[in-house]
Parts: sequence; structure tokens; C-alpha cells
Amino acid sequence: MDIFLQQLINGLTLGSIYALVALGYTMVYGILGLINFAHGEVVMIGALSSLTFGRWLENSGLPGPLVLLAALLLAALVCMTLGFTIERVAYRPLRNASRLAPLITAIGVSLVLQQLAMLVWGRSYHSVPAWLPAGRHEFLGASFTDVQGVIVAVAALSMAGLMLLVNRTRMGRAMRATAENPAIAGLMGVDTDRMVSLVFVIGSALAALAGVLVSANYGIAHYHMGFILGLKAFTAAVLGGIGNLAGAMVGGVLLGIIEALGAGYIGDLTGGVFGSHYQDVFAFFVLIIVLVFRPSGLLGEKVAERT
Amino acid sequence: MTVLLEAVGVGKRFGGVQALKDVSLTIHAGEIYGLIGPNGAGKTTFFNVLTGLYVRDAGELRLAGRPLNLASPHEVAKAGIARTFQNIRLFGNMTACENVMVGRHVRTQAGVVGAVLRTAATRAEEAAIRRAAEELLHYVGIGHCAGTIARHLSYGDQRRLEIARALATEPKLLALDEPAAGMNATETAALRSLIDGLRADGLTVLLIEHDVKLVMGLCDRVAVLDDGEKIAEDVPAAVQANPKVIEAYLGASHA
Amino acid sequence: MALIGCALVIAPLAVGAGLGNAWVRVLDFAALYIMLALGLNIVVGFAGLLDLGYIAFYAVGAYLYALLASPHFGLHWPAWAILPLGAAVAGLFGVLLGAPTLRLRGDYLAIVTLGFGEIIRIFLNNLNAPINITNGPKGIAGIDAIAVFGHRLSKPIDIGGFTVSGATLYYYLFVALALAIVFVCVRLQDSRIGRAWVAIREDEVAAKACGIDTRNVKLLAFAMGASFGGVAGGLFAGFQEFVSPESFGLMESIMVLCMVVLGGMGHIPGVILGGLMLTVLPEAFRHGAGPVQQALFGKVLLDPEALRMLLFGLALIAVMLYRPAGLWPESRHRREMAE
Repeated sequence: MDIFLQQLINGLTLGSIYALVALGYTMVYGILGLINFAHGEVVMIGALSSLTFGRWLENSGLPGPLVLLAALLLAALVCMTLGFTIERVAYRPLRNASRLAPLITAIGVSLVLQQLAMLVWGRSYHSVPAWLPAGRHEFLGASFTDVQGVIVAVAALSMAGLMLLVNRTRMGRAMRATAENPAIAGLMGVDTDRMVSLVFVIGSALAALAGVLVSANYGIAHYHMGFILGLKAFTAAVLGGIGNLAGAMVGGVLLGIIEALGAGYIGDLTGGVFGSHYQDVFAFFVLIIVLVFRPSGLLGEKVAERT
Repeated sequence: MTVLLEAVGVGKRFGGVQALKDVSLTIHAGEIYGLIGPNGAGKTTFFNVLTGLYVRDAGELRLAGRPLNLASPHEVAKAGIARTFQNIRLFGNMTACENVMVGRHVRTQAGVVGAVLRTAATRAEEAAIRRAAEELLHYVGIGHCAGTIARHLSYGDQRRLEIARALATEPKLLALDEPAAGMNATETAALRSLIDGLRADGLTVLLIEHDVKLVMGLCDRVAVLDDGEKIAEDVPAAVQANPKVIEAYLGASHA
Repeated sequence: MALIGCALVIAPLAVGAGLGNAWVRVLDFAALYIMLALGLNIVVGFAGLLDLGYIAFYAVGAYLYALLASPHFGLHWPAWAILPLGAAVAGLFGVLLGAPTLRLRGDYLAIVTLGFGEIIRIFLNNLNAPINITNGPKGIAGIDAIAVFGHRLSKPIDIGGFTVSGATLYYYLFVALALAIVFVCVRLQDSRIGRAWVAIREDEVAAKACGIDTRNVKLLAFAMGASFGGVAGGLFAGFQEFVSPESFGLMESIMVLCMVVLGGMGHIPGVILGGLMLTVLPEAFRHGAGPVQQALFGKVLLDPEALRMLLFGLALIAVMLYRPAGLWPESRHRREMAE
């Protein structure tokens, strides 16, 4: 089996999920300049609630993929409501406060969601039923599963959809205008508060999707899964240039691939001194190096110091 | 007359825009030197090159005969050029007095050890800093505001505070970026007498200004930038009569 | 002043007598966290640099102590030698982290420091092979207790028939060091360096124009903050006599940040209050939640641990919504808030 290609496929799968989550971070950052620390927990809620919905629907006799789709839609609804509420309750009142205040409320929201999830779903790891077909395909000496195929395809489709929405519609233009300059956009008749809500709702829908995909990929879900995923996705957003949609996608996929390749080769590269458990170090190391040499991320615009 | 600042062939490009083209000028010690020009002529760019905020692409700068090849604004301040900003930049949550005390940073040296042990030398330095700051506040006419939080000062007083802070760095050259912007007639008149006083006390001033009347009334010599190039440099009366200047300001049809 | 002094001296004795020794240990931890919060306050509160990986410096101090005073390497250096070394090494790490990253914009700096914190933790977790340096996830046990004048603080002493517990002895040491750190912070705040930090926080471009070498001054803030963390870490290792990577996760960094912001960024008494509250209140809750539920509902409905974190999260949100500048902000900030 070709290790390089195999890790590339694994990395692309993981990276697509990172990209979906990273989009949520980057959209919120673009419009509010805020790190939405609670976003990873929204992903977690998406994963766990879709699992619960799926278990309900299973008995209806629907085929697996349809069960998953229905569960996804319901979970997306939950997450969108959640995202909308988080912004209303925890961020909107602090729009004009110091930069750190909303960061702290975000951390608070994150804790609350985690603990609520723990009370609802318990501390244990839940195994996710294989609702998708479990086929495996050989490809140039490597292999990929149906699940991996679905993940990459669905992620790519939804990102394309998002790009169309943002770049080609009236709503998207209003959104971009708000991100550019909320005050002016407001004067031009854009309801900026609605745009902010919209960004949270869209980001949360993507988060629900990512939650479903990531739990399908690993076959498990638990109340603590949002934290590290959110961290990685945020890293990906920064890597690509935060505030930039294309950057989040590139950053996500790149981070996934870097991690997978890092995990695959780090042992050989270092003569066995470092093993694959240094995967995370690899990701952060790349981040630090990229930022040191390109402080605004890979696709971020260079922000000149204004006087 | 001794030359204080000499710029030779300074150029600066942003992408495809040549913001400064071969700008040369000389500022003499003790004079008020005005730099004027229409919007977008490159005045503020020149300012930012001079004060180290931008790195120039071409040319030489010399301050009191010594080349000014400094990469960073704090080194420029140390070398003796202090500046104010077009859109006032104060330390908003510090008091007026503290703002000026920060200006003394570059001429003082107390470090962590001195601060923690509060040695005799540090205490003396700290007292001197405070005294100097208070004197400067009085000098610019806002001595009564020493304890006021900077952002609570009136607009005119914020300008004065910024000048006091710049003076605290003991500059050889004080560079003012549109100090009269946004001021009413009374405030402008007061500013004018303040700058006049600076010259009387021997300071050299570089003044970028939109208010042509202020510049003409105040400056010893004036340079005019247009489209990144210097098109005139002379005493105010001569510059005012210069057809190229009139053209730059009013458009070709009036020349 | 004298009143506060008396209260500080009597506190552990009263708490020990009334609530038991476990609560004196809570006070010990409060003192450690206050040291950490004060260190982070220099970076975040004074200089305005958002550091999400601060706990890494605590980890450096703790592991340094663990390695130099435990059977792991068979070294048994005295605490008075290790603690200053810990401060220096942690400070050095601060400079190493800061030097390449301090020119980054605020939020980028936050994520880089966060990454650095995780890197340190992952290394601690995995540096047990091929050479066993940190003993991996199992941690290092059997660390020497801190000894003062040859007496191990973990052992109680008898003074005229009155037993002073080990936790109480540690309390006095920690409070003394915390006071020393408070002293350093107060002196620094009201100095040329402190003014430069605040100037950078307020407006970096203007600070540069005033001749402040912002890079060096920021590095200094990083190094100072880190060295306090290093000292606290060493004390932690000697006090627990055990260290393991799980004490140094991102959650700990966030906890310390919450102490600073919740108390009142940049305001030393506020930060102390924040550290004290966030150590003592959750602990009180941990002990109180079960019995209270038992009394009210006849059974324990909700897992007290989950409930504790839940309420902690809600408290963070509530405090920020109603007091965005913290519970005890500097008076000048309060003035602005009032407007």
C-alpha cells in the first residue's frame, strides 16, 4: 500500500471536516472580529444530537443514508437555533466592550454546552451506527472508504454552495458589506444585526454537518469531542488567513494533510525518536512557522500599519 | 544657517503607485518648515518615511549631518525626530500627565531592577520625569488637566497634549501632521501662537498642513508636493506666486 | 494594612480548625493561582498581549523542580536553588516564544501561544521515549517536599503543644511569595516600564513614535510573566510531590485568564480577587452541591462536578454581561463604564 497516497486521502478527509468547522470561525471573525470559542461545542452538539435523532429514526425502516440525512437536518436545526441564541445572549450585548469580554463569554458558553451535553448524553463514548455503506475502494495502491468519499464530496459541495451564496446573491453581498464596514453597510440600508445572526446560523449549520461527518468518520461521538476539533479548525482558519473564506478551506485541507503526512512520516523522519503521537505538535508547529513568516496567514490580506 | 534635516532623492512606491518621487529638501535649524500640497500629494507618506513607519525605496535622509538609516520608529524618535499624528493618537486611558511621562521613556533608563527596588537613582529619575511632564503640560497650556484621562480632554487640548508628549522626547525636529485639522478658528489661532512659541524657544518644526493660511502665516519656508514630487520650495510669498503651485491647487485652467 | 496582615496570618488556622485541613490546601492553591494570575496580568492586563498558553510556563517550572528534586533522576537539589532557576528558565522560554511571535496581531498571538502551550504539554506527555525524561502521562512522583531551614514543610510542627499542619506551613510560604510578587507588580506598574507596557496596550504605533522599543518591552512583559509562572510551578511540584501533564492543559490556561479578566484586567487587587474567587468558590461548590441537593430533593439529581462547571460557565457569561470590565476594575475604567 502506498503510504503517501493513503495518508493524503486520510488527510483530505480530515481536512474537509476541519475546513467546514473553520468556515464557521472565519465567518464570525470576518464580521465581528471575534474568536467564537464556543463553535467547537456546536459541532459536538451537532454530532450527538444527530446520533440521537438517528437512533429514533432507525426504527422507521428508512434506509441508512436517509436516516443520516434526516438526522443531519434535524441536528442542523438544533445547531442553527443554538448558534443564533449564543450570538444573541452572549455576544451581541458586548459588541462595544473590550475585545476580551466576548472571549470570556465564549469560553463560558463553551463550558455550559459541554456540561449540558454531559448531563444529557453522559460521559461515555457513543458508538455511531454505520448508516452509510461501508464499501472500500482500491485506488492506485491506496484505498478509500465510502464514508471518506461522502465526507469529501459533501464538504466540497457545501463549500461551493457557501461560496455561491456569499459571492453571487444579494444576501451575500450584504454580508460582505457588513464584514467590510458595519457602520457604512448600516447606512446603506443593510440590517447588520440580521447579517450577524445569519452568519452564526450558517456557520452553525456547517458545524452540524461537520459534526455528523466527523462522527461518521471515526464511528464515535462524545461530549468532549468539540474542544480539540474546534482548536484544530481555528488553527486551520488562522493558517489560511482568518476572515477569508477561501483561506479557511485551504487552511483546513492543508492542516488535515499536514497532520496525516506528519503522523505517517514523523517516525521515519526522526529515526523513531518521535512517533505519531506528535501529530498535534506537527500541526501547531506548522502554524507557528507560517505565522512567523506570513503573519496574516496564507491567503490573508496584508494589513498595512495605518497611521 | 545650519542644516538640520536633509532629504535627498527620497522615493516610495506602494504597488503600482509612486507615492514619492525623488523628493529632496533641506530644513534649517530653528525654522518652521511647511509641507503643503493637495490631497494625495504624498505629504503623509513623506512623514511616515521620515519617522520610520515606512521604509523608503530610494534616497538619503540626514539629521544634523548624520545619516538616518533606521528601521524602526522608536529609533527615529531616539535620534531626535518627534511626531504627532493627523488623527490624534493618545494613550486614551492614561492621564494627560502619564501620556507625557511616556514621552520621557526614550531619554530615561530605569529598568526592572531599579523599579522594583526603587533605588535612589530611580526615585530621582521618576521625580524628574514627573516634573518635566508637568512643566511641558504648562508649556502647551493644559497644566490644569494633568490628572485628566486623555480621552476626556477636548479636541484642542488633545492636540496640545500630543505636542507635549512629542516634546517630552527632546526632539531636534518636531514634525506636526496637520495639527489644525478639525479645529475652529479660535483653536487654530491658539495653536498658531503655540507653534510660534516653539520657534521662539529654538525648536525646529516641520509642519504638514492643509490650512494654507496657517502655513503661509507661520512658516519661514514652504515646500509644495504634488503627485509625489516637490514642485516648489521657497519663502511663503514666492511659493504663493509660483504658477506651478497655483496650477497644482486649482487645476490647469487657472494657471 | 495591619488588619489584612492579621487576617492572612490567622486565615489558615481558623480555616483548618473550622473546616479541616483540606480547606487549608484550597487556600494554598488559591495563593498559587494568584501568583499565576498576577504573572499573566503583566502580559494581558498591562501590555495587552493575549496569551492563551500561559500555563506552559507553570509546567516548565513544575517539571524543572520535579526533575531536579526527585528519585526520577536521583537528583535532590534544594528548593531555594531550583525556584530561582525555574523563574529564569521559564523566563527564557517566554523570550523564546515571544521573540518570533510578538509582532503578530492580537488574535494571531493568542492562537500561537495556545499552540505553544499544547506543544509543551504534548512533549511532557511523550518524552518518556526513547529517553525517559518526563515519564510520560504517568508523571513524576516522589518529588521532594519544599524544605525551609532544613524542615520539610509537608511535616507538621509542634509549637508548645499546638500542631501546625503541613498545609498551613505551605500556606505561609506561598502567601509570602505571593506578597513578594504583588510587591514586584505594584512597583513595576508605577514605573517607567509599567507605563511603557500600558502605552503599548493603548496604542502601539504611538508608543513606537514615543521612542519605546516595543519589541523589547513586550518581550520583557512576556519574560516577567513567564518567570512568575515558573516560580509558581516549582512551588506546585514541591507541594503536590507529584506532577503529570494533565495539570497543564488548555483549560488551566483559560482558568488563569478568567481570573485576570473576571477580577479586573490590569488592576492588581481585582486580579487577586479573581484568583481567590475562582479557586475557592468552585471548591466550595464541589463540597456543597451534593449535600444541598440531598437536602432539597432527597437525592443527588445532577452530578456535582458537571453542575459546578455548568455554573462556572454561566457565571463567566453573567459577569461579563453585567460587568464587562471585571468585578473590581481600576477606578478609571469604572469611571468610563459609568458614562
